[in-house]
Amino acid sequence: MSSKVLVRSHINGENIDFLVEPRQSLLEALRDVLGLTGSKEGCNNGNCGACNVILNGVLVNSCLVLAVEADGGKVITIEGIAGPDGLHPLQQAFLQEAALQCGICTPGFIVSAKALLDRNPNPTEDAVRHWLAGNLCRCTGYDKIVRAVLLAAAVMRDEASLDASDDLQAV
Amino acid sequence: MNAKDKLKTGAADGPATREYTVIGTRPVRPDGVDKVTGRALYGADVHPTGLLYGAVLRSPHAHARIVSIDTREAEALPGVKAVITAADMPEAADEVSDHGETSVNIRYQSWNILARGKVLYHGHAMAAVAATSLHIAQEALKLIRVEYEVLPPVLDVRAAMAADATIILENLRTDELGHKGDRPTNIASHMRHERGDLDAGFAQADVIVEREFTTSMVHQGYIEPQNATALYNPDGQVTIWTSTQGAFGVRSQIEELLHIPVSRIRVIPMEIGGGFGGKNDVYLEPLATLLSKKSGYRPVKLTMSRADVLQATGPTSGSYIRVKMGADKTGRLTAAEAYLAYEAGAFPGSPVESGANGIFNAYRLDNLRVDGYDVLVNKPKTAAYRAPGGSNASFASESVVDELCRKLEMDPIEFRLRNAVKEGDRKVDGPRYPRIGLIETLEAARAHPHYHAPLEGPHRGRGVACAYWGNYGGRSSASGSINRDGTVSLVEGSVDIGGSRAAMAMQLAEVLEVPVTDVKPLVGDTDSVAYTEGTYGSRTTFATGWAVYELGLKLKQRLCERAAELWEIDPEEVSYAAGVFTAGAHRMTLKALAREIDDGRPLMASATVLPETEGPAFAVHIVDVDVDPETGKVQLLRYTAVQDVGTAIHPSYVEGQIQGGAAQGIGWALNEEYVYDAEGHMLNASFLDYRMPTALDLPMIDAVIVEVPNPGHPYGVRGVGEVPIVPPPGALANAIYRALGVRMTVLPMSPGHVLEALWAIED
Repeated sequence: MSSKVLVRSHINGENIDFLVEPRQSLLEALRDVLGLTGSKEGCNNGNCGACNVILNGVLVNSCLVLAVEADGGKVITIEGIAGPDGLHPLQQAFLQEAALQCGICTPGFIVSAKALLDRNPNPTEDAVRHWLAGNLCRCTGYDKIVRAVLLAAAVMRDEASLDASDDLQAV
Repeated sequence: MNAKDKLKTGAADGPATREYTVIGTRPVRPDGVDKVTGRALYGADVHPTGLLYGAVLRSPHAHARIVSIDTREAEALPGVKAVITAADMPEAADEVSDHGETSVNIRYQSWNILARGKVLYHGHAMAAVAATSLHIAQEALKLIRVEYEVLPPVLDVRAAMAADATIILENLRTDELGHKGDRPTNIASHMRHERGDLDAGFAQADVIVEREFTTSMVHQGYIEPQNATALYNPDGQVTIWTSTQGAFGVRSQIEELLHIPVSRIRVIPMEIGGGFGGKNDVYLEPLATLLSKKSGYRPVKLTMSRADVLQATGPTSGSYIRVKMGADKTGRLTAAEAYLAYEAGAFPGSPVESGANGIFNAYRLDNLRVDGYDVLVNKPKTAAYRAPGGSNASFASESVVDELCRKLEMDPIEFRLRNAVKEGDRKVDGPRYPRIGLIETLEAARAHPHYHAPLEGPHRGRGVACAYWGNYGGRSSASGSINRDGTVSLVEGSVDIGGSRAAMAMQLAEVLEVPVTDVKPLVGDTDSVAYTEGTYGSRTTFATGWAVYELGLKLKQRLCERAAELWEIDPEEVSYAAGVFTAGAHRMTLKALAREIDDGRPLMASATVLPETEGPAFAVHIVDVDVDPETGKVQLLRYTAVQDVGTAIHPSYVEGQIQGGAAQGIGWALNEEYVYDAEGHMLNASFLDYRMPTALDLPMIDAVIVEVPNPGHPYGVRGVGEVPIVPPPGALANAIYRALGVRMTVLPMSPGHVLEALWAIED
């Protein structure tokens, strides 16, 4: 069997060293080696986006990146989106807008949307649809997902607010 | 009074339009935070100690005799712990089992799970391996030596029906209107519905339209591939963690396929990443169970690749459909005839019956005949897909209705209103309708601004279609207990595939008159709640919601009894409203009572229901398109989906069902298809080539909720999930006709097919 390689990386704010086989993808390493199962495998060939992570500031399909490529790199997965004070506005907006049904694509959409808002804090509906075209959702028809991303963007620009009550009402 | 009568009594005093406190609000779903933070555990996320990884060998041929399989080299590879073939599967009974949405012959299902004697489609499973890593398991597959005798494949439904067709299953005989045939055939069954006098009906018609349609196989396309992890313990106890629409269905199938008593099987339904009908039948669970036993009682996980999912799990049928309809000058339908031939895949069981039942069910018809044929082809065994068989049937009938409207120069909604079914009318398959909301739905569509908005441009058109779906009831259970802080723990048997925990918590909160946040729902495994059918047939919010309602009544009754005990009075004297128990001068809140009675005696209840008063659903969709005559590409400009939902428990998730169903129907209509070469190899088994709609392909989908309460449910719930997938192909075909003057008779209406149709009229 192939011998393992040491990868030194920075994942969700922590330095993490781990051993992988050279043939293992970053997705496999995250899920099977590190137990970070929030990144999902929907196709394993870069077409569905369920495994999206941000690697060194760039949105990638972790199924198409070898784990060894994360050596020395900085990785943000869905597990690293919420802050110490609670959910990220994108996560809150997804809940408030009911932008998920089965939820399997949700981690990928939230990571992908974060990468969008990191570079474009004020996207149009068309820009959101264009950016999210690499993420497949089979449940929602995208309507509520697009609305949730636009809402989160507005909240982050202080132009809208999320309902803070226990029983959140959709806007 | 038996249980069913009791439920019917409940139905009789059903809902008028009522004021609700919780129902109709939009709370955050109870499982929401786990699902937006990546913490929710889906089937592939389980990792029991000592886990082995499995892989499945699949047929490279569409149709071949298996001359020999030699697994010795694979077994010898270091790291390989077990290899199984059909020889390891028990012989299955030749009997039909009800799987809820579909019925399956157990023997055929066993042969589908592991091929026996012959492989019947590209991707058919033949052997499985368990090893210490997935990569080793995959390497081992390459070491399994198989000798095939390749046979000619049967790939088209009409070719499969020909008298001289190659035979797929040698022992199959046609069930011809209830009588068994005596010759080998690929036609598994022929069913018929007939009413009135067809010839007389067509004789009354002033206009008659007859058309043929063909549609391709399409897949449910859930984003989470099938997976299963099984542990066969040395004491004979089997635990299965899986993504399934129904844990109890998995348990029954394992019992039938592997001859293990249900009491020895515990199925733990993990979070499920979409199903749409495709995750009722098992594929991997029996293999993981057998591999676990053979590998020395270690847990084994199997997951499908996307190619496996597309090649070997249930798509829905491709079809050939002929529809003839006649109407008189006043716009009254006088007769309708349909012939539907559906591809079942390699084993019997297409949804032709539900397609045939539904095809004319939106219309009042005195004279009709519908013939349906279930036909084998060398493609994957079909499974249920959201309103099984409905979309292709409706594509045909709604296209013909649109042509009648053109010939009569009548508004398409006006025409449908003149023929719309209402309470008391008969369905195609016989029963009379209860209170339904087709007329209200059509009127809401006609009143919608979309229907009146100007639509200008040379290649633009607006299409309309309406659709029926019957929905399903089925058995559901729930149990609950009152906690000392006055909150309620709810255990229910329905897998939550799209927010149903919220719908259950809301219905229980409504009965108990408590805030929804005081109800904590949990989806139970097969050992922790009573039998509950799967999450299919638009039944969960209806039937499991009803179980939860009955549970709430019992909990309320028991709380009244405990209050009476406390106050030393008769329980009948205690009344309850808005969270407060009262009797004369006595008054106590539910929360105070819960604390007061926390004396070691639990306050629990459970309920099981089997309702048969499901409410048929109707939908009307309006779509505007812009078609590029140079490329044939159809661009959606605007989409409105109007639907009678009975009562919307959680309107956001109801809208989500409508939007998601419409999106799947749009994909079916415009892009999605199974592509095979002449040898029967599937050519597009990836998400790149099997093209589902992306965010960029769709506009916002305006979901318009119409509420005509179902008299057969305590809160008026109808099923919601299925009917929205039915109208899109018809609505889009009708929009394309108005944009280009071309009548599309093929699905998908992809750029190539649209161009071919355009060239045909230009010639």
